[in-house]
Amino acid sequence: MGLLDKEFSEGNIVITNVDDLLNWARLSSIWQLGFGLACCAIEMMATSMSHYDFDRFGVIPRNTPRQADAIIISGTVTLKMAIRIKRLYEQMPDPKYIISMGSCANCGGPYWEHGYHVLKGIDRVIPVDVYVPGCPPRPEALLEGLLKLQDKIRNESLRKKSA
Amino acid sequence: MSLKTETMVLNMGPQHPSTHGVLRLELEIEGELVLSVKPHLGYLHRCFEKHSEAMQYNQVVPYTDRLDYLASIGNNLGYAIAAEKLLGIQVPERVEYIRVIMAELQRIASHMVALGSNGADIGALTPFLYLFRDREHILSIIEETCGARMLYNYIWIGGLSHDIHPDFVRKTKEFVNYFKPTIVELDNLLSYNKIFIERTANIGVLPVDTAINFGASGPTLRGSGIKFDLRRDDPYSIYDRFDFDIPVGKGLQGTVGDCWDRYYVRVREMEQSLRIIEQAIDHIPEGDVKAAIPKRIKPPKGTAYARVENPRGDLGYFIISDGNTNPFRVKVRAPSFVNLEILGELCKGHLVADIIAILGSIDIVLGEVDR
Amino acid sequence: MMNAEEIYNLLKEKFGEAVIGLEKENPTEPIITASPLQIHKISEFLRDNDQLKFDSLMCLSGVDDANGEKIKEEDGSEIIKGGTLSVYYHLHSVSLKHKITLKVSAPREEPKVESVENVWKCADWHEREAFDLVGIVFLNHPDLRRILMPYDWDEFSEEISRHPLRKDYKNPEFYQGMKIPY
Ligand code: SF4
Repeated sequence: MGLLDKEFSEGNIVITNVDDLLNWARLSSIWQLGFGLACCAIEMMATSMSHYDFDRFGVIPRNTPRQADAIIISGTVTLKMAIRIKRLYEQMPDPKYIISMGSCANCGGPYWEHGYHVLKGIDRVIPVDVYVPGCPPRPEALLEGLLKLQDKIRNESLRKKSA
Repeated sequence: MSLKTETMVLNMGPQHPSTHGVLRLELEIEGELVLSVKPHLGYLHRCFEKHSEAMQYNQVVPYTDRLDYLASIGNNLGYAIAAEKLLGIQVPERVEYIRVIMAELQRIASHMVALGSNGADIGALTPFLYLFRDREHILSIIEETCGARMLYNYIWIGGLSHDIHPDFVRKTKEFVNYFKPTIVELDNLLSYNKIFIERTANIGVLPVDTAINFGASGPTLRGSGIKFDLRRDDPYSIYDRFDFDIPVGKGLQGTVGDCWDRYYVRVREMEQSLRIIEQAIDHIPEGDVKAAIPKRIKPPKGTAYARVENPRGDLGYFIISDGNTNPFRVKVRAPSFVNLEILGELCKGHLVADIIAILGSIDIVLGEVDR
Repeated sequence: MMNAEEIYNLLKEKFGEAVIGLEKENPTEPIITASPLQIHKISEFLRDNDQLKFDSLMCLSGVDDANGEKIKEEDGSEIIKGGTLSVYYHLHSVSLKHKITLKVSAPREEPKVESVENVWKCADWHEREAFDLVGIVFLNHPDLRRILMPYDWDEFSEEISRHPLRKDYKNPEFYQGMKIPY
């Protein structure tokens, strides 16, 4: 970690670069827009509850897109809902991140073939940063997905946009 | 001179923390007073009925899991019973016992989420955390047996997917003993909490005749004081062998059929489920967990309707067979779908904040409403 | 408590032609078939008669019977002409504890069935669903709109893809610019 290793031995001065500082701040308080859609939402709730404790990574559910940094699409996205998701996504301030949780949000999941009203993957509507597979993904898998997102944020730079 | 006021149309959902999923309510309000509520559904319409027409009979089971995802076992059970009716088969005794125990464990887990989120919606966050902690016990018991935390695909047509885990009986007994005092804790924490009572008593009163006419079922119906439970009144599986009470709303804190009554019925139902589990757990007979049925299920031409008492109410499956390996049509009578219809009646004349309490007390699962 | 045969005889006596027959060969439940344009008064009778007292409608399901003529299109898909669409009513009497299944069939080209919404209130949404997914038109229904599919589905779909639970349904390619097939 680049941030704290250059600490002076006795003062409280830390020398770092702006990128590291910003990324560190961002990745340790990812406020998510609570977006429960279907069965996966229950696992997302279980993740934020006492047993798995999402809070320890700084993830706090917010109820309005304007206060959120990330959005966890947990569940089946239907055509009717996709329009609303897009609108909510556009209301979020930059930088914003998206975790697609569960097979449904990734690719349509069990509904890929005959789902006449199911969107086959949220990435047809909004860009996705991390895909978490599973039906439903275990809470551990969602935590892993979050760590992956943190890794991604850690390597970002103000100057060049990372893919 | 009278002052002219205009009513305002307010949209609640589909993304709203306390609509329990993607439900959209169109409220017509005058100040804080709600004049009418119009639910708009379909934001989670996942085409279950189309899928079941394209799948073989046993392949439909995982899709039934995803209807009421808080009570998957109950959904599996309903479908299996309907299909078994169509095939005309009896399942082994051991299977029946395990099914009942699993369904009751699932009922407790489902009520935990219902009660917790009902409380959390109107501000009591602590019981929510406690209940989710306890729910993990049930999930891990079931997980040991069938390998999944939530969507189990456990009850198959003519049997079960796996036999129970050797530790199952011990752990279930442990859980029963652990959970009994926890219900008392929940009562002290939430049920008799002054603020909670203020928010729920006398709110959203559902009169008996409205409840019957709208076809309400489950705790929503029993909250209005009607003793109707399919486990007793139209027994399926082996429920007629067990001794349990059917809790009904009595209006202890306000009027019969208010939100508090519906809440309280669920709390007492958890106790009764524990009672059923206690009676069943020691008597699981030895034997096979699969009835002798062919791999490719091909029922004769005909129709079958079966219904079971799910945590949310009367869940019915209507299967039409045309003699092929796929069902011709499967229709689900989802309890939440029917119960949600009452919302418009219940909310009239209440304040906006009460809608949250009422919606929580009806306890819907959108996966089942929209299918 | 009455069995299906007695109920059938009672209805037949009262309504004559409007009650068509009793299907007994069904292994699990006998079905009484009736005329789709008389079902409202039959339902009222079923609910109010002292011997019957069917106070609860358990389920109402719209079904595409797919019993018409199947015509092959060039691209391999089929469309169905003629035949019927059906509605099944599962009734239960809470006080007398008996059950019955009713069935009405209407021609596919003009699927009109009387609404029973004001007999059993819970039929309201069930009928909207049957209208939405199967395309059965319920006469005298106060608010017959789509319920599960988007309200503007018709604008983005052709005739054949209006009602998804019909057996000859074809998925449209796009809805509001979103691709639907996998
Ligand atoms: S991925 Fe599975 S668990 Fe998640 S929403 Fe889809 S069906 Fe439900």
